[in-house]
Amino acid sequence: MCGIVGLFLKNPALKPALGRHVETMLIGMTERGPDSAGIAVYHSAVPEGQCKITLFNADTHYHWRGLAGQLADALDVETDIDQKGNHARLVAHCPEEKVLPWLRANHPDVRIMGYGQLMEVYKDMGLPADVSARYGLAGMEGSHAIGHTRMATESAVTTEHSHPFTPASDMCLVHNGSLSNHNNLRKWLRRQGQEFETDNDSEVAARYFAYRLQEGASLKEAMEAGLADLDGFFTFTMGTKDGFAVLRDGIACKPAVLAENDDWVAMASEFRSLAYLPNIEKAKIWEPAPAKVYTWTLH
Amino acid sequence: MNVIDLERTPLREVNQRLQGLPAETNERLWKLTNPHGEHALAVGLTQPIEVHIDGHIGYYCAGMNQKAKVVIHGQCGVGVAENMMSGEVVVKGTASSAAGATGQGGLLVIEGDAGTRCGISMKGLDIVVKGSVGAMSAFMAQSGSLVVCGDAGANLGDSIYEAKLYVRGSVESLGADCIEKKMTPHHLEKLAKLLKRAGIEADPKGFRRYGSKRSLYNFHVDNVDAY
Repeated sequence: MCGIVGLFLKNPALKPALGRHVETMLIGMTERGPDSAGIAVYHSAVPEGQCKITLFNADTHYHWRGLAGQLADALDVETDIDQKGNHARLVAHCPEEKVLPWLRANHPDVRIMGYGQLMEVYKDMGLPADVSARYGLAGMEGSHAIGHTRMATESAVTTEHSHPFTPASDMCLVHNGSLSNHNNLRKWLRRQGQEFETDNDSEVAARYFAYRLQEGASLKEAMEAGLADLDGFFTFTMGTKDGFAVLRDGIACKPAVLAENDDWVAMASEFRSLAYLPNIEKAKIWEPAPAKVYTWTLH
Repeated sequence: MNVIDLERTPLREVNQRLQGLPAETNERLWKLTNPHGEHALAVGLTQPIEVHIDGHIGYYCAGMNQKAKVVIHGQCGVGVAENMMSGEVVVKGTASSAAGATGQGGLLVIEGDAGTRCGISMKGLDIVVKGSVGAMSAFMAQSGSLVVCGDAGANLGDSIYEAKLYVRGSVESLGADCIEKKMTPHHLEKLAKLLKRAGIEADPKGFRRYGSKRSLYNFHVDNVDAY
């Protein structure tokens, strides 16, 4: 069982309060997921030509400064590192295409949680309130964020199996449900050049959408293609650099509620997570229809 | 009127207070404020009291209701009035999936739209929806009535038994063994009564009636493809 939440701000005036609102949404999903939580936040963009990478190592005393120094020397670029809990946010003054291969080759001991120019990703064990406090979610400004809370029923609580999945630059996906054709799809995606980190079905969905977007599909087209190709139960919420999407399968037995007003769009597994959003009393609230694509894009 | 604020009183305490009211109680009018999407609010009521819920609520609100009238001034989550026995539940906003699931009696009125599987396996409850209902509504519905003033989603009345379905708008598709039936004066009269009870002004003549073809009642090997 799990809870998913997403908030996409249409009104830039609300950006300073993004983290505060997403924190209450995440805490609202505590009963659906008390074991671990994950969050992807789109905020504080790095300038063109730089990249931002969120890294993980279970050891909170990991020598992050050493890693940043090695990277700076090896690639001859400026780097900056900021540790939060057992994660670190690395900024490098060069494109991610240079940094990611270096990290994979030289530091298999750290896990790449997400990358891009905007997105930061934090996943950790514990109650959503504790995870949020550990990473200072409430203080994060930004345009949109997607979160996940997990109740472990089938497998161990590990960061690599945790949502959100981040298959491409500034892209993340959370999934409530299970896919039945993920093995075949994984094989097919491997042939298209996609690389996998886990045997998880949600990672297949994430890389499927990443592949469609990479091939030039719009957010809406990628989602529509997913309806035809993904078999199973799902409520997805996906974030891109400037987009936000929600999709449910044709049976729609995994819960979802959408709410929207002029200032924001919010998605959650249950209304409890939406109850404290600003002006929720007057927002349009509805259950997303089965097999219907919902997308929003920043203008 | 008795007012309970759910920001100050735990959910379980609220339910126990309402469930524990004696038959001869004079405290017949209640208002519950700040529900903030809580699940299982005002469930298992057994006395003819009236409960108004001010705000949006979570799953299974007013489930297993007997005799009470529960009015939800907001939207509600999955399974509102599930397994209701008698009384009345009114939703002023929209309802999520499985509204009135397995309900055995009473009246459920939804003034907005209802999600998928509205009235799934209903067993005698009457449901009147002012808006539209989602896919798979009245799935395996056994008895009672489902009135839809708007449209019905795909596979309406799949594997239906003896429930009566009335739809004013379009029906995306009918489920297995569900067919359109003739609207007789008897059915027009029943529909008019239901609309009146629900406080909805609509001409019964504008509705079409659907029900069971009764060909899937017993297993027959020729029907195997339809299961």
